[in-house]
Amino acid sequence: MRAIEMIVDGATVRREVDPRLLLVHLLTDSLDRTGVNVGCDSSNCGACTVLLDGRSVKSCTVLAVQADGHEVTTVRGIAEEGDWHPLQTAFRNCHALQCGYCTPGMIMAAKDLLDAVPDPTDEQIREGLEGNLCRCTGYAPIVAAVREAADDLAAQRQG
Amino acid sequence: MFPAPFAYERAEDVDHVIALLHEHGDEAKVLAGGQSLLPLMKFRLATPAVVIDLGHLEHLHAVAARGGRVAVGAAATHQAVIDSPLLRERCGALAEVVRRIGDPQVRHRGTFGGALAHGDAAGDLPALARALDAEFVLASQKRRRRVAAADFFTGHLQTVLADDEVVLRVEVPDLTGWSFAYEKFAPVSHAWAVVGVVALVRRDGNRIADVRIGLTHMGDVPLRATAAEAALRGAEAGVEAVRSAAALAGRDTSPPSDDNADATYRRHLARVLTARALGRALDLTVPNLETM
Repeated sequence: MRAIEMIVDGATVRREVDPRLLLVHLLTDSLDRTGVNVGCDSSNCGACTVLLDGRSVKSCTVLAVQADGHEVTTVRGIAEEGDWHPLQTAFRNCHALQCGYCTPGMIMAAKDLLDAVPDPTDEQIREGLEGNLCRCTGYAPIVAAVREAADDLAAQRQG
Repeated sequence: MFPAPFAYERAEDVDHVIALLHEHGDEAKVLAGGQSLLPLMKFRLATPAVVIDLGHLEHLHAVAARGGRVAVGAAATHQAVIDSPLLRERCGALAEVVRRIGDPQVRHRGTFGGALAHGDAAGDLPALARALDAEFVLASQKRRRRVAAADFFTGHLQTVLADDEVVLRVEVPDLTGWSFAYEKFAPVSHAWAVVGVVALVRRDGNRIADVRIGLTHMGDVPLRATAAEAALRGAEAGVEAVRSAAALAGRDTSPPSDDNADATYRRHLARVLTARALGRALDLTVPNLETM
């Protein structure tokens, strides 16, 4: 077992973990982050995407011990209590989900994209989401939602 | 899926890595970004007894000028390579290829040295290293050595890296002023290359002064399209030269046949992608080469 300490959604977390424990299982099983989903469990689908020090990663392909000393943000960490992040609002407005299983990962991948590229083209949005699979929507409403969120965030910055 | 149990060692510095590798040899695997190793461990295709984590070795992450070349630290992430102003200026082909690796999440974690040491025949970086004549700086308890890219790869997932050795950095030449393009054919955007072609060209007026063409997945190891390169050196930088050189791109290759493509189709792809890469690097409109 190894002692680790990290910041998860703004709060310091300390645990003793088996080195082979994956970050996704620490988040879901031990820290009740039910918004982090295990999809393919093989680094393809992106349902487990979280931010590690602000950049998107697939938490099924990161060991918990590798996140020791770092900052993890899950979908729960991007919204204030009762006040959705513009990406969450835009996903609802644009019907950018059906079953919803890919949605938290999509939102975290989109957040990474918009943090780096605040005003992306549709092509940049599609490339930014290339690590996330959705089997329901056909992606068009997801791209529209990220576009809407980018516009909302730009308006907030100006407002 | 969980990896099999292993002992976890967090390396404090390079000497510590080398000492741990000396102690554990083939029982140990070095973990950098883990984007190749961890999936293998989860599928139990790799079951190292000891995992040596390089994640905290800051200076293995650095990208720096070194003796007229650029040294890319083995643990520099793909994203760091894309973002490096030094590489953009002196060896922009790195970012051109690296941005086609995996997807954003993989590029945030995966490392330049790790992907090369993995030696995947379908990986994007080995052919680039071949085309650049990159040099690998390897270290073990016994020695440090430099190995040319032409000698580093020995087969699919096989390199000359010994059980007790680690890649410290990879040095690439200063190719300021060269133009370049990478063409990758893959069934879906984040998949491995069925075939990939990276072309780098130095123009002198309307002549091609020098050219380097690397081929991905046209054999067990990355290859140079040497016949095509020879046809282009000194030629006029036009559509005719590109067409006739691209027709030679499959020569002296031994591409695999698998579920994605047989060897004949891979040779066809090599020709088509070479024409596209050269065309883009030279800013030419090359007609469709489907009939070549």
